[in-house]
Formats: sequence, structure tokens, C-alpha cells
Amino acid sequence: MIAYIVQRLLQSAVVMAVVALVAFSLFTYVGDPITILLGQEYSEAERARLALELGLDRPFYEQFVRFAGNAMRGDFGISLRLARPVRDVVLERLPATLELSLVAALLALAVGVPMGVYTGLKRDSWLSRVFLTVSLVGISLPTFLIGILLILVFAVLLGWLPSYGRGDTVALGWWTTGYLTKSGLRALILPAITLSLFQMTLIMRLVRSEMLEVLRTDYIRFARARGLTDRAVHFRHALRNTLVPVITIAGLQLGSIIAFAIITETVFQWPGMGLLFIQSVGAADVPVMAAYLCLVSFVFVTINLVVDLLYYAVDPRLRIDRAVAGGHE
Amino acid sequence: MSEGAAGTALPQRAGMWRRALASDMLWNFLRSPVAMLAAAVTLAMFAGAAFAPWIAPHDPFNLRTLDLLDALLPPVWVDGGDLRYAFGTDNQGRDVLSTVLYGSRISLLVGICSVLFAMTLGTGLGLLSGYYGGALDAFLMRIADVQLSFPAILIALLIDGVARTILPRNAHDATAIYVLILSIGVSGWVQYARTVRGTTMVEKGKEYVLAARVIGRHPAAIMLRHVLPNAMGPVLVIATIHLAVAIITEATLSFLGVGVPPTQPSLGTLVRIGNNFLFSGEWWITVFPGGALVMMVLAVNLLGDWLRDALNPKLRRSS
Repeated sequence: MIAYIVQRLLQSAVVMAVVALVAFSLFTYVGDPITILLGQEYSEAERARLALELGLDRPFYEQFVRFAGNAMRGDFGISLRLARPVRDVVLERLPATLELSLVAALLALAVGVPMGVYTGLKRDSWLSRVFLTVSLVGISLPTFLIGILLILVFAVLLGWLPSYGRGDTVALGWWTTGYLTKSGLRALILPAITLSLFQMTLIMRLVRSEMLEVLRTDYIRFARARGLTDRAVHFRHALRNTLVPVITIAGLQLGSIIAFAIITETVFQWPGMGLLFIQSVGAADVPVMAAYLCLVSFVFVTINLVVDLLYYAVDPRLRIDRAVAGGHE
Repeated sequence: MSEGAAGTALPQRAGMWRRALASDMLWNFLRSPVAMLAAAVTLAMFAGAAFAPWIAPHDPFNLRTLDLLDALLPPVWVDGGDLRYAFGTDNQGRDVLSTVLYGSRISLLVGICSVLFAMTLGTGLGLLSGYYGGALDAFLMRIADVQLSFPAILIALLIDGVARTILPRNAHDATAIYVLILSIGVSGWVQYARTVRGTTMVEKGKEYVLAARVIGRHPAAIMLRHVLPNAMGPVLVIATIHLAVAIITEATLSFLGVGVPPTQPSLGTLVRIGNNFLFSGEWWITVFPGGALVMMVLAVNLLGDWLRDALNPKLRRSS
């Protein structure tokens, strides 16, 4: 057990170190950091002084260690595009992305699980076929097109809902929330649906196949033989046993939702981290890119680590195929 | 030696064709209307893309034939439509039907090249990993584990973003397609590698592989000539489904503005351009390229689904 945990922690640390190395290389080798910071009109002496101050004359590993140290404290320098500390910029955008992702994840679960249960129990009914066909179409529709279609229908043609932005927000300390205002909630609807649709189909298909699998097992047959009602068999015996993999996958998918938020945020001009990242790529704003890279990797590595350790704690049998849970298709 | 290899390979191939014709697959195909429809749509779209320069009513990239007076014309069946432009025109007076045909060319080109790249990389690494095992295997599979825990599109986006930052700004347009193929390809190799590795590990213990080793065939020859053919079925299924994913990924990156440049638009770029005109009511600039994209991906997905059921690698492996 301890060996496994140590191995798993080490692996996570290695991944983070590699990501930090990529981010650091971007910093150091893309353009000349001194020119970037000072502009062209400074004397050689000033350039040399700044190089000394920034530690750019130090050997590579020393610079890297410093970078990693600063990164851990959340210090990624100054955004080239916005001329503000990266930390402030990211913290400002963080609530928007997290609120959107949370709503999308809940929506995906709230709709995906019942649909999966239904299609699993009544696999031959016409409604199940409709659900499955729709889910195939849902997988074939790229996220950005779903967003555009929703905007076209509900914002342009019907004019019911806003098509961009977050609406009014309320500040709670440094956190800004759109949950508390009417326009904030209205602005949330379309982006949340867009973001959740892919995960919804995924969860539906997963629950369905798990249900089909569980319903074939002996203990379900035994429960039926005992004369339990369908309701008890389906929900108390079958559904419960499908939930462990579903919850793990849903947990893992939380990271994907944050990643897919890049697309949704771009379509809806949602002022979150994903939009920030795309704008930074367009403007070659390396410090922000590096910060986003590290932050998102950290989220992913943490989620994976927690899920893996939970798996280990809950069910030792699953140790062998724990890797399967990492798939994303 | 080479003569012997060719001698064994030929009847094997002929046998494969005969088996394919006589097998359930053709029968299965002819009995599945969905598969036939999907195949027809896929073929039509491939043909439309391949022959775009000959089919398209206009050359949207020949600036001399463009007339700004023709800009933003609606499709024929809408009031104000022009017979010359069946699906209307965009803001530069380009014929939407023609840009969609040329756009699907770029989309398919990038999609197919990325799939081939990912397939070659993944199959190669999977063979090495499964055949040699040991530290190499552990190392490669660790990387695969880590990569699988990130969504493919995020990895493609990151590689793309990093490559764009490293490359000089004026080289962006010229290198965009290669950068895209590289990033989408690298983001998709893992599934091929895992599948091939699994099959290789099973096959390498079998007698024919032992026999090949005993007569002193080169490991590369054993892997490519003897083991690989046994792993190709699942690989083809993955490749078909991956093609749909690759097309979506390319479209998404282009939509986000980090894919192919507007001078050589793919379907994703066209949707991005059209998106700016959505609010002023010029829906056709977005809807037609978007619709073409969905049709393409849906057809390929359905074909892949059918192929997976028809080949059913799981059943075949256990039999």
C-alpha cells in the first residue's frame, strides 16, 4: 500500500516537473526575456544589471529551480499582453471557469445518469433508440458548433437568452459569482448546456453499459428469484453497483470539462481562464500560457492521483485495470 | 530469403481478399442500410473534397474573380439570392458552396495525415513495447498512462500553442498544416500503441513467432511481417473512429484561431469566419460549413461503429 502510494506520488511529481520544464523552456527560449521586459531602448549596462537581477547569468538548473519555486508560490511574472501580474489575471478569471464547469458537471450527471439507467433497463424501447442516436449525433457535433447553434436559435432567432459574457456578477471577497444575479444565471444557461453535452452523452453511455453488465449477474437473478420488485432490483441492487465506476469517471471528467471550457468560453466570450489562454496563445503571451499550462496540469494530476488512491482504497481488484479509467473518447 | 517472404505474403494477401468477400463482412454490409448510407456519404464527401477544383462552381481563392458587390448574398431559395451562388456568398464575395468544397479538402487532408501519423507512431511503439517488454515497455506505457489522463484535444492545443510560440511569426501560415498534423497525431498515438502492444504480447508467445525466431529472422521482420498483420483489424477500427476525432480536433483548433490560416480555410476556419456574421442574420456563412463538418464526422463515426461490430476484435481474439 505505502509502496504504491509513494510510487504514485513520485509519478505525479515527475509529470509536474516535466510540465514545469516545458513551461520554463517557453519562458527562457522564446524571445529574449530582457527585451520583452525592458523594450528596445535601454542601454547595455541596464540590460546587464537586469540580467543579473533576474538571475539569467546563472546556470540552467539553478534558474529552473527558481522558476519552479516561484511557480509553486503562484508567481509567474508579468503578463506581456495585459502588463499585470499573471497571478492577478488568472485569479480574476478563475471563478468564471470554475462556476461554469461546476454547473456543467452537475447538469451532465443530472441528465446523463437517468438517461443511462433508462436506456439500460429498456434497451429495446423506441425512446432508448432515440437517446442512443441523439448521443451519437452529440458526439459527432463539435462543441463549438453546438454553442453556435444554441446561440443562433436561442439568442439570435428567439432572443430569449444572452449570447455572450457572464452577466452581472457579485463580488465575494476576491471571488466573483454570477450565481446570485438574474442576468448572471441567464448568461450561464447556454454555455453550461454546451459544455455539458459531451460529458452527458459519455455518462449516459457508461451508465447504460454498466447497467447492462450488472443486470446479467447472478445476484440480480437471485434478487429476482427472491421475488423482489423490479424497482428494488433495479435501483437498490443494480444502480448502486454501477455507481462506483460512474463516479470515478465523472470525477476524472471534471478535468476534461475545465479543458473543454476553452472552446465554450471562446464561443460565448465567457471571461474565464480558457478564453484567457486562447488570447494568450494568439498574442504569444508566454507567462500566462505557462501559468495556465502548470495550473491545468496540476488540476489533472491531482484529480488522477485522488481517484487512483480512492480506487485503491475502495477496491483492490481494480488495481490492475485502473488505467482503463483514464481513457477519454 | 526475400523471395520466400514474398512467396508467403502473396497467397496470404489473396486469401485475405477471398476471406473478406466470403466472410460475413460483405453480407453484413449489404444488410445494414445505416452502414451503406454512411459509406455513400463518406465516399461522396471524399470525392467532393478530392475533386473540388473541378467540381466547385467558382475558385474562391482567385482574387480576380471575386467581386465585393456579390458579398453576403443569401442562398438561392431566399429572397435576394443569386443563381450563380447556390449557397450564397461570404463577406468577401466568395461562393459558400465552393469554399465548403475546398474547406473539406483541407479538413480531410489534415485529418487523414494526422491519423496516418498517429497510427504509424502508435503501432510502431506498441510493437516495440510488446515485443521487447522490460524497461522500454514500462517507460512507454507510463507516458501513455499520463497522456491518457489528459483529453486529446488539450494535448493537441498545447503542442500547437507551444509550436506557434516557438516558430517565427511570419512562418505561421506556411507551417500551420504541418504543426496541426503533428499536434493531432501526437495527441492520438496512445490507443494504437495500447492495442498493438496487447496483441503483440499475446502473439509473441505463439509457435509461429518462435519458429520465425529460430530460423533467424530479424526482429523487425518478425514484428512487421508476422505480428503486425494479426493486430491490423483493431487498428483499422481505431483509425476510422480516430479519423472522426481528428477532423473534429482540426476544426476546433481552426475555429479557435490556432489552426489553418484564413487564406487556406478548413471547415473550422469557415465556421469561425461565419460566426462574425451570425448576429447580422447571415446564417448561411456558418451553417453550411458547419453542416458539412457534422455530416462528414457523423458518416465516419457510423462507419467506424459498424466496422467495430463487424470485425468485433474482442470476439475474434477469444476465438
